[in-house]
Amino acid sequence: MHEMALAESIRDLIDAQAAREGFRRVCTVELEIGRLAIVDVPALRFALDIALRDTIAGGAELVIDEPSGQALCMQCSNSVELAQRGDACPDCGGYQLTVTDGDQMRVSGLVVE
Amino acid sequence: MCMTCGCGTSHPHSHEHAHTHEHGHSHGYTHAGQKGRRLSLEQDILAENNRYAAANRVAWRAQGVFALNLVSSPGSGKTSVLVRTIEALRGAVPLAVIEGDQQTDNDAQRIHAAGVPAIQINTGKGCHLDAHAVGHAAQDLPLSDGGLLLIENVGNLVCPAAFDLGEAHKVVMLSVTEGEDKPIKYPDMFAAADVLLLNKIDLLPYVDFDVAQALTYAHRINPGVRVFQLSARSGEGLSAWFDWLRDGVDSARREMPQQSR
Repeated sequence: MHEMALAESIRDLIDAQAAREGFRRVCTVELEIGRLAIVDVPALRFALDIALRDTIAGGAELVIDEPSGQALCMQCSNSVELAQRGDACPDCGGYQLTVTDGDQMRVSGLVVE
Repeated sequence: MCMTCGCGTSHPHSHEHAHTHEHGHSHGYTHAGQKGRRLSLEQDILAENNRYAAANRVAWRAQGVFALNLVSSPGSGKTSVLVRTIEALRGAVPLAVIEGDQQTDNDAQRIHAAGVPAIQINTGKGCHLDAHAVGHAAQDLPLSDGGLLLIENVGNLVCPAAFDLGEAHKVVMLSVTEGEDKPIKYPDMFAAADVLLLNKIDLLPYVDFDVAQALTYAHRINPGVRVFQLSARSGEGLSAWFDWLRDGVDSARREMPQQSR
C-alpha cells in the first residue's frame, strides 16, 4: 500500500531533477528495486502510472532492475544468495544471516529530452 | 565503461561540468540509437524521508530524548502497553506520545487521560507514519530534555517497516492471539525492528500459540532481536520492559552533547 507514497517520492525526485537539468520530457525511468526491498513491484508500477500521469514523465517507459538478495552467513562465513528473508543459508542451513545487498530501492537513471 | 549504466564505452560521454554530489551524480550523455540523453541519478527513493528522519534523529539526540517507533498489526495492544508504560514511568521520566491512526483521536485521548502530552496524526488513506509528519508533531509537543518519546505507528505490519522516523529503535509487537508464524509471514517488519514485545501472555493457557516456535521464527528473521514477553492486562513481564526503557533514557541523556545540556 505504501507503493503510492514511493511513487510520489519518485515523481518529486524527477521534478527536482527537471528543475535542475532543464529537461522537458522523460522517456524512460530506470529503477533498481532489490528483491528483498519492501516493495511489491506490480503495485509500484500501478502507482507510478497514476502518480506520473500529467507530469513530464507521464507515459514514460519503466525499466525496473531487480537485483537478487545477498547475505553474509554468520555461521559458515559465506556470502550467499538469499531468495527471501527467513530462508536458510543455502550452504550450511543456518539462519544467522545478515542481508548485504538486494534491499535497495533507487532511481538509477532517467532518459530525458 | 560507465559504472552506473553498464552500456559500454562506445557512447559519447561528457564529464566537463562539475558534479553536484549532494544531489547525486548527474552526468548527461547520449546512447547511440536512443532518443534523448540519459541522466544517472542513483538516488534512494526514500531519500527525502530519510533526510527528515536524520534531522529528527539529530534533534532528539541534541535533546537527549530516547525515541521509539512502535509497530504491530492492529489490535496487538500497542496503546494498552503504552498506557501501562506511562503509568509506570510518569513522574520519573518526562514522556510524550505521537499517535498514528488513519482516523479518530481515540488513542491520543487514551494517552491524555493517562496524563501525558500526546499528538494524534491522522494519516487518512495513508498506511504509515513518515518522518516529515512525525518531525512536525514532535515540534508541537512539549518534549522535555532527557525524555522518552513514544511513537505509535499505524497498525500495519508491512508499510511502516520501510519508513525511518529517526527513532532509536523500532519496537515490533506481536500478541499471542495472533499466529506464531507472523515473523516469517511479515519478515520485513521483524527484520527492521530490534525489539520484540510478545504481548497478552496472560492468555497463553487459552490459545494454541507456541511461544518457542514464534521466537524461533523471529530469530530466524532477525538473529539479534531482543524479546520481552509481557501482558499489559496482568502486568506480567512489564518490569523488564520498563527497566530496558529506563536504561535507554539514561543512555540518551549520557550521549546528549555537552553544549545542549
